[in-house]
Amino acid sequence: MGSNAAENHPISFKWLTEAREKRGAKIINVDPRFTRTSSKSDIYAPLRSGTDIAFMGGMFKYILDNKLYHEAYVQWYTNATFIVKESYGFEDGLFSGYDPEKRSYDQSKWNFEMTEEGTYQRDMTMTHPRCVLQLMKKHYERYDIDTVCKITGTPKNKYLDVIKTYAATGAPDKTGTILYAMGTTQHTVGTENVRSFAMVQLLLGNIGRAGGGVNALRGESNVQGSTDWALLYHILPGYLATPQAKKHPDYATYLSKETPKTGYWKNKPKFMSSLLKCYWMNDDPRQSYNYLPKRIDGKHYEHIALFEAMFKDELEGLFVWGSNPIVGGPDANKEQAALSKLKWMVAIDLWQTETSEFWTYKAVDRPTKKDEYQIKGPRDIQTEVFFLPACNSFEKEGSVSNSGRWMQYRWKSADPVGESRADLEIAHELALHIKKLYEGSSKPQDEPLTHLTWDYGHGAHPDIDMIAREINGFEVVNGKPGKQVANFTKLKDDGTTACGNWIYSGCYPVDNGKAEDYLARRRDNRDAAAPGSKPIGSYLNWSWCWPVNRRIIYNRCSATPEGLPWDTNRASIWWNGEKWTGNDIPDFGKTKDPNGPGGRNAFIMRPEEVGCIFSKRNEGPFPEHYEPWESPVENLLNSQNLNPAVIEWEPEKRGTKEQFPIIGTTYRVSEHWQSGVMTRMQPWLAELCPNVFVEMSEQLAKEKEIKNGSNVIVSTTRGDLKAVACVTKRFKPMLVNGEYFHEIGVLWHFGFNGYAPGNSANWLTPHIGDANTMIPEYKAWLCDVRRA
Amino acid sequence: MARMTNLYDVSKCTACRACQVACKDWNQLPAVIEPFKGNYQTHEDTNGDTFTIVRFIEHEDPVEGIQWNFLKYQCMHCFDPACMHACPRGAISIRDWGAVIKDYDKCIGCQYCVYACPFQIPKYRAREDVVTKCTLCYERVEQGMEPACARTCPTGALQFGERDHLIEVAEDRVKVLRANGFPRATIYGKLELGGLNKLYVLTDTPDKFDLPVDPHVPKNITFWQNWVQPYFGWLIPLALAGSAFSFVSTRILANKHDEHGEGGHE
Repeated sequence: MGSNAAENHPISFKWLTEAREKRGAKIINVDPRFTRTSSKSDIYAPLRSGTDIAFMGGMFKYILDNKLYHEAYVQWYTNATFIVKESYGFEDGLFSGYDPEKRSYDQSKWNFEMTEEGTYQRDMTMTHPRCVLQLMKKHYERYDIDTVCKITGTPKNKYLDVIKTYAATGAPDKTGTILYAMGTTQHTVGTENVRSFAMVQLLLGNIGRAGGGVNALRGESNVQGSTDWALLYHILPGYLATPQAKKHPDYATYLSKETPKTGYWKNKPKFMSSLLKCYWMNDDPRQSYNYLPKRIDGKHYEHIALFEAMFKDELEGLFVWGSNPIVGGPDANKEQAALSKLKWMVAIDLWQTETSEFWTYKAVDRPTKKDEYQIKGPRDIQTEVFFLPACNSFEKEGSVSNSGRWMQYRWKSADPVGESRADLEIAHELALHIKKLYEGSSKPQDEPLTHLTWDYGHGAHPDIDMIAREINGFEVVNGKPGKQVANFTKLKDDGTTACGNWIYSGCYPVDNGKAEDYLARRRDNRDAAAPGSKPIGSYLNWSWCWPVNRRIIYNRCSATPEGLPWDTNRASIWWNGEKWTGNDIPDFGKTKDPNGPGGRNAFIMRPEEVGCIFSKRNEGPFPEHYEPWESPVENLLNSQNLNPAVIEWEPEKRGTKEQFPIIGTTYRVSEHWQSGVMTRMQPWLAELCPNVFVEMSEQLAKEKEIKNGSNVIVSTTRGDLKAVACVTKRFKPMLVNGEYFHEIGVLWHFGFNGYAPGNSANWLTPHIGDANTMIPEYKAWLCDVRRA
Repeated sequence: MARMTNLYDVSKCTACRACQVACKDWNQLPAVIEPFKGNYQTHEDTNGDTFTIVRFIEHEDPVEGIQWNFLKYQCMHCFDPACMHACPRGAISIRDWGAVIKDYDKCIGCQYCVYACPFQIPKYRAREDVVTKCTLCYERVEQGMEPACARTCPTGALQFGERDHLIEVAEDRVKVLRANGFPRATIYGKLELGGLNKLYVLTDTPDKFDLPVDPHVPKNITFWQNWVQPYFGWLIPLALAGSAFSFVSTRILANKHDEHGEGGHE
């Protein structure tokens, strides 16, 4: 659901096929259109783009009404038993504490009842009217099957088929997994979409178990790595919050505000201190904390916010590194117009991307005269553009982290072409040059650079092992690296240890001067099983997995409250009377007795130490269905059409159903990669999918007199696009609340360069994002289509 | 050497077309970029620079709903290749393990093989005046490797191995498919045309994959192959003998006639 695994993650689909062949697994696919994944699934159900929460809400109701949840699991490992304060409430699409001016909630209204000792009040029978399970039941009462199908446009028999089949995984000896991708996240309710998956998995007892989980199929092989390494504005490496100027004026305040009292995060000061020590080895963390840049409290710095600021002339320069926003960014016309307001831009990529050539004549070419953002041509653009050629992943070495959190080393297989260089070398040289510029400065504002520890060997090529050793962490002796730490449990908060990223601590535990010291390089493909059990696919000696080589996090849940496996065929860890043992590294106190205090608190990273069915997000503690920003129908479940917590960046660009009656969505195909920079430049791949096309139903094509294979124009308030029509039986008009609606889909891989040039689908998509992450809404917007 | 073949299981194919790219890579074939015409398929048929394609076929049934069938299509490497028989220059030959290959040095581009093929697979490459087709990567196989397409297939839809073994695999697979929602699942290539050196596991009848249900070699080709070609060497002496016979026999007849006539005159 929300993923087209067969097309966009073809290797992952191999394992789905294998599960079906070997274990009799069933594959369910939910997607607006019938895809290559659907063709290989046991059950296919269509849904209208942007109605995932309604779809999942109906499943919650079905599971709760029929008591199909995994009862003991829900009781012990989730917050279903917690009592919520009376101040919590929900009425007509709004939870209590809403401020319509600020479009945000006072989340303290949704707190839990606490005991006098400061622990959470629980009702183990789950019958208290304000316990989470009962509140959930009440919340999803409205999501009956008829209402859900009216919203999603899913045929009722298909819908029932899906929810019945999936709910059956609530049996203690069964598991089910959900694979999701950008079809789930790229919505104004993206976070809540994903959360609804986590909730159903908690209800059915499918988290922390082999064969369970919520699996994000990443858009890139190293997206997990990029998040762990904080390629996001709100975190530092290892999921430590970036400081805000007013909220965190000094180190002590930062620690006191960011460290929870319970759960494993209470060790945060150790991680933060070690990180600061890694950046500035000769400074006390209390001092070096001040060297960290602070963001303005509450200000947004996400992709959309950045380009909005650029459009308003607030930015001077930009590094575009392995990114192609004028093809891949939302509302790409606006983003292209924004780029021309920069003084300088550095583009780093394998090929000259469309973004690096946004100032050329080719970039101005449009199929119609529509020009909403006054895009400039070469004559009027003053931006100075630099291009640095980067080399391919096969031409460099280093590690990538996959969605299963494995840190896998890759060796170089060919030398880089021409002057192209590895990203690491480019970053390294940049740092060395910038440091040189500030050399000898005694100004206090230059201290972050003059004091910066940057010691990765000599010359232009940094020593990867030195970096890896620093990531793992070591003791700091007299301002110099000392002994390697075994893992993050050995980190200290007093400035005597340094560690580049605490979650990766343990990947380089000893330094014997051998290549194998770096555990990401391990390649032992035997799947050993503990005596008396079956292997579960842990492969513990293949590469290395954070944290401390645990392959399945929260694996305490794979055992009963008493510590025995739910399913002996899929035993992950168990209690042998003295300690936890099994086929994985226990994500739990090794000798913590399941019958002792805290012996059943499986979710050690949470302050509540249980999985959160009820959890505070910006739009509420339970996912509620809201329509996409541009939707052809009113919300049937409440009178809030749009998610009440999202920011509307450009309200004037909201298309209406009168003008744009068709639902539009974007997606990828197997044959191209992201914005197409790596694939459209290669003839054999361009041959496979040479043109941008729009998929539409036979009914819509008939209505609009469009012939298969002819050219069409798709338009939204943001721009027009020309593409080839792909008229197919695989898209069907959807019956939504008694009325038929059409949905079309456009490929977004295309730009003006390469062997397969084409118009960019993101000329059509809006600048609006999710209420928590600001991930852009690429998947549901309104448009119209006509013959070209 | 035992018969070696590719088994292609459509129930596992996700039509990623890595096989198509691997084929172009190994054989160093240039891209033939044709504009998108409303179907995911790259080309309507194989061409001189494209030995294999993946077909995309949509079907709709009121009860079973939509089917989107994918089929990798290329030379079938027939046990008894019509193309080989049709070739006037002996450019096509068959390896002992089953690959039907072509010697481009001998090929004169006459295209008889194109018309002879029951699947119309071989294609003319104008720039070199030759006809080309899949070689089952015989250079790789004879060095102990798999064909490029089977080597690259990510989902396990393509397997390479001994034909007898793969027939067993295919039969088991068809049984599983028939019991799991594909009652019309079948094997293709086991018996067709007396046996093909490419095996298919199909989830439905061959016509749902645009494969000929009962492939056959065109009649005129059969005549050419079975009668004209084998006796081609005999034709001249036979013709000479015929003309000699007619020469002699007409003489005798003429003489008789003459005698008769003359006698009549007399």
